[in-house]
Amino acid sequence: MGFKKFIILFLINVLLFSTSLRAETEKECFEKVSRGIFKFNEGFDKAILKPLATGFNKLPEPIKNGTGNFTSNIGTLLTVPNHVLQGQWKLAGESSASFLINTTIGILGFSNPAEKMGFKNQQEDVGQTLGAYGFNAGCYFVLPILGPTTVRDSIGMFADSFVDPFAHVTIREHELLSISGNDIDYFSVKGASAIDFRAGNMTNLNSLEKNSLDIYAAYKSLYLQNRESKINNTFTTDGEDDWAEFNK
Amino acid sequence: MKKLINLLVLVTITLVSTNSFSYNSEPKIFIEELVGDAIKTLSDKNISKADKSKKIEIIALENVDINALGMYTLGGVRKTLDQETLKKYKELFQKYFLKSLTSRLTDYSENKFEITSADQKSETYTIVRSRIIKSSSQPEIKIDWRVYTKNPTEPLIRDLIVEGLSLAKTQKEEFSSILNSNNNDINILFLKLEEFINN
Repeated sequence: MGFKKFIILFLINVLLFSTSLRAETEKECFEKVSRGIFKFNEGFDKAILKPLATGFNKLPEPIKNGTGNFTSNIGTLLTVPNHVLQGQWKLAGESSASFLINTTIGILGFSNPAEKMGFKNQQEDVGQTLGAYGFNAGCYFVLPILGPTTVRDSIGMFADSFVDPFAHVTIREHELLSISGNDIDYFSVKGASAIDFRAGNMTNLNSLEKNSLDIYAAYKSLYLQNRESKINNTFTTDGEDDWAEFNK
Repeated sequence: MKKLINLLVLVTITLVSTNSFSYNSEPKIFIEELVGDAIKTLSDKNISKADKSKKIEIIALENVDINALGMYTLGGVRKTLDQETLKKYKELFQKYFLKSLTSRLTDYSENKFEITSADQKSETYTIVRSRIIKSSSQPEIKIDWRVYTKNPTEPLIRDLIVEGLSLAKTQKEEFSSILNSNNNDINILFLKLEEFINN
């Protein structure tokens, strides 16, 4: 069975055997399995990702910033169509301008002059677009290496490879504007992006690990809160409802 | 006369020490002064680790609504508990919270911090927005402080919202997960809290 067929079957199974797409987000698809995979991911982090991120943090500042800017600039290629799909024309324009400026003036995206010019570049994906269309997250589970997700976001992750022009010219081996690449290009960028994220969050993740009573639940909560704020494009939690009964 | 002087000195020391952690009641200045004080304490190389923790604990006890935070974190289960169990929970939560807060603040004490704005949401709470300035080991982090202002002269912190992620909510979901996977047995939560406090 090909990898693509396996992924499609896996997602269909998750959809059929989990709660419906509009079910409560907090619900787990298969908590015991997810906790097992989470442990495996912790081991992977300790053995591979964290040491790489620690080494990355020791690199000179321009190399670190350049890597972060480069991967983020390529990520903009996925952001633009998702802004369009969500009808966010102004943001789509800003992201497109950011990509063009950073790819040209910013030398292939290694520097980020667009930010200094005031162009925002927030990352968007198909999972967020589905969320914006009103699809609830469905149940929560953990994927090996890739980490926390939900039914909606895992479908989104799979769909990303069809929407993302960078995936088209690399893993799908299509030529776009005379540009082409291969699997190694795609996974190198994704890997660098993961290392950059892990390195940038070294203090946050160490602090979380030290101070959590149930680290699995803490990651789940943070993942779901993060996705919700990204879908609603609100980066502060102002919700008073949770606290209403304590205000008397 | 000597006794009177000694008494005066004692009274002065007591007054100074009890008022040393009272801050401006305007939420924005309140957070600015409080965080400045906490960072100053944690980065002071002349104070021992134990004394640092003690000072941070005093700051937190006076300026964080630990009781409400503890009840919020416990969720609906609190309504099913008797007074004695609730009292035990409050004691354990306070110890857990103070230890966890000191640890978290220590992790960020070397970073530069600035208040950006304040947004009064209602008569009872204001969101104070701040950020930890980007450094070589840390990207910029936005931190919002939920300040409870029902008593305008004594504002209290209820939550820290880091990049849109509420620490109180995360803590609540951790507690809820422990309770859910143990048939809502509060004693298991007590064990976990004691384990954390004693480690």
